[in-house]
Order: sequence, then structure tokens, then C-alpha cells
Amino acid sequence: MSADSQASSPVPLVRAGGIGVRRAGRWIFREVDLEVVRGNLVFLIGANGAGKTTCAKAALGLIDIDEGYVDRSPSLCVGYVPQRLAVSPTLPLSVRRLMQLTGRFPASEIDSALNSVGLERLGDPPVVNLSGGELQRLLLASALIRKPDLLVLDEPDQGVDVAGSDVLHSLIDAIRISTDCGVLWISHDLELAMKAGDDFVVLVPHEHEDRPLSRPDAV
Amino acid sequence: MLDDFVTRALFAGIGTALVTGPAGCFVVWRRLAYFGETIAHSALLGVALALLGEIPLVVGIFGCASVIVLALYFLEGRDALPTDTLLGMFAYGGLALGLVVLAFFPTVRFNLNGLLFGDILAVSRADIAIVWGGGIVALFVLWRLWRSLLATTVDADLASVAGFRPERARLAFGLLLAAIIAVAIKIVGVLLIVALLVIPPATVRHLSRSPEAMAVWAAVAGALAVAGGLFASAELDTPSGPSIVVAALALFALTRIRRS
Repeated sequence: MSADSQASSPVPLVRAGGIGVRRAGRWIFREVDLEVVRGNLVFLIGANGAGKTTCAKAALGLIDIDEGYVDRSPSLCVGYVPQRLAVSPTLPLSVRRLMQLTGRFPASEIDSALNSVGLERLGDPPVVNLSGGELQRLLLASALIRKPDLLVLDEPDQGVDVAGSDVLHSLIDAIRISTDCGVLWISHDLELAMKAGDDFVVLVPHEHEDRPLSRPDAV
Repeated sequence: MLDDFVTRALFAGIGTALVTGPAGCFVVWRRLAYFGETIAHSALLGVALALLGEIPLVVGIFGCASVIVLALYFLEGRDALPTDTLLGMFAYGGLALGLVVLAFFPTVRFNLNGLLFGDILAVSRADIAIVWGGGIVALFVLWRLWRSLLATTVDADLASVAGFRPERARLAFGLLLAAIIAVAIKIVGVLLIVALLVIPPATVRHLSRSPEAMAVWAAVAGALAVAGGLFASAELDTPSGPSIVVAALALFALTRIRRS
């Protein structure tokens, strides 16, 4: 780790201030502040339909925001684990081919990424044959192989049983400690967030008024 | 060698199949069969405009199809109508408008049957040059788009995070498909072109271990269907475009019977 002598608070990997997204004339969420620094685990909590995934995508710059600002550290490498992967059964995609999807990596790096999520014995079966838990781990491995500064997990314990989800939680914690990456974890489990997180943001679904928060603009 | 019309048909057909196979894989993976239908149906409007403007048919068809691809790209998600409704409107709107426009010019003569079902036995040396020249360009573009398009097909957000541009890949593939269909319509026609895009990939799906292998095998299966269909058409005196599609279906059935 680099010596960070002068700064008392580290530079955030991503910082969003007062962001909001509206779709078809309705605000999905408004006035959300979010900050993730290196080594921190931040939970993004909300009920179904509260706009958690949309909010995370807005913070990553995958979708445009309609208010507020987002600062991301330059050359930020993000590892993203989507909530689920809808691979068409017509697409012949094996585990190792999926690991190569976003870049070419040597076999040794693929091995060690699969190792780190406990999939070393999996071999190279078609992705469509994997169980929910195996697929989540595989997605995690394909995010980790990029050596991300920021790991974004969209409800990683969905479709995994309770025992499996405990293993997954400790696995993610171990990864955060060993790689010193920041983690943004989308979940509906407030208890988990209060227990395990360094910080958490709660999205509350309600009728967001259509009043201008800052000065109104022409659009 | 190219003096014989059957030989010319074989060259043009195989050249087409070598492109429609790999491109068709993405049509199957991304569920774009109806999108392909829309481009193909709109070709009639393209033909009408080409005949009136006295420009080459391929250019007219590609130009018209490109406009529709762009329109769909900008309307999709912004309009309340579902995608398949939009596609239906453009498909049959293009077809109908083309026929109406042509009716205003009764002196313009063209082979409607050939347009609908293909006229592979009438291909000229120039057509073969277009098929192979255009085909090499199309395969090169597809090869350049491959990684980005494949990542987008698996998950658009994963692709974005990795630095790909899913929207751009999607639009580029739409335009590529428009170009491929514009050239291939000469071979199997407006109503049968999508068969050449979806049947070969569907045939080889279970023989393939990777996306790349599937693309190569789809090209091979398409070429076999063209050769088999043309041979049968010559032997049995059946229409060549439909015979190629029937041969492709027979090949599909054959691989299924062997599996079970």
C-alpha cells in the first residue's frame, strides 16, 4: 500500500451527491448521496422496486443521471457482478470462455481467479449447466480477474441458500481485505448491512415530488 | 468456369452462406429473427426507390434498410410501443409502401417473384463479385465487432463496465445485417433470407463448444445447404431459393435425428 501521509480521509473511488434518475416522467429515486473509498464495504439497501440497481448503475456511469453529480476516480477499474445473467441457451459458452469475455487473460490468472472463489474443481462445463450459487461465484471470479478497484455486487446472495450465502459473505469480505478494493453491495438485508458494512445508504420508495431541487433548467 | 449458370449460382450461394452463417449466430443468440424479417420486408421499398432513382438495387435496399435500422434504434425504449409491434409496423409498412409506390409507375418492370423468393440462377459475374467482395468486408467488420458484440450479448452492463460500447455494437450490427440482407436477397429472396440466417446456426448449436466454433460450423452448414439445395433443384427441377431452404431444414432434421 502507498503511504498516504497528508490525507486524513482517503480519496473516494466513487462519490455521488444528490443524484436522481427519472424515467417516463417519474422519479425512480432522488437525492441519494453515496461514497465508497478503498477498502470500505458500503451497502445500498432498499426494498424491491426502490431503484437499487438503477442507483448503482447511475453511480458507475452506466446510465445518465437527471440531477446531482458523480465523481469517479480517473482510470477506475470496476468489477461488476450483475444480479443474474440471462445467457441464452443457444449460446455455447463455457466457464473458461466466460472468464475471457471482457479481456484476454493467461490460463494461470483464470485458474487463480476461479480458485479464489472456490470453483477450482468445476472444470469447464457450459455456463447454462451451473447452479445459481456456482454462477454467482463464477461472475465474482470474472469480476476479480480484472483486479478491480471497486467491486459492485447486485444482490449476490439471490438464488443461493442460507449456508451458501454465509460462505459467500465471508468470501466477499476476504476478497475485500486481501485486495483492498472498495465494495458496493446491493442488498435488501438491513441487518446484514448494519452488521457487516462500513456504511450504508437506504433507498426509500415514495412519491418523489416533481419540484426542482436546485435551480430549474430549461429542459 | 463461371460460364455455366449453375456454377455461378453455386459460387454466389456459398459466398452468401459463409457470411449469413456467422452473422446468423448473433441473430439467434440475440433473438433478432423478427428484426431480420423487418429489414428483409423493407427491401421492397428499397427496390421501388432504387428503380425510380435508377440506382443499383443493392444500394437502394441497403439505404432503405439502414434508415429503418436507425429509426428502430432511436425509437426502441423511447416509445411506449413494444419492440415487436414497432418491427411489425416497419416490416409491413415497408412492404406495402413499396408495392404502392411501384403501382404509380406501371412502365417500370421488375421480377417480383425473383425478389420474393430469390433468383440465384440469374446471378451474373458482377453479382458474384459483389457477394464475395461484400462478404469479405462483412466478415472483417463482424470479426472486429466480435468481442464487443459477444460481451454485449451476454450482459450489456458487464460489457459497459469492461469498456465496450454496447449501444454502438448493437447499432453497428444492425447496419451490418442490413448490408448482408441487401446482398443476400438476390440469392434466396425477401421471404426466405431469414431462413439462411437462423437455420444453419440452429443446426450446429449442439455440435459447438464455443461461440467461435458455432460461427464456423454455421458457415459450413449454410454452404452445404446451398450446394445440396442447388443440386436438388437441378435434378428435380424445383425452384432454387426454396430448395436451398428445404436443404437447410433437412440438414437440421438430420442432426436432430442423430442426437436422439
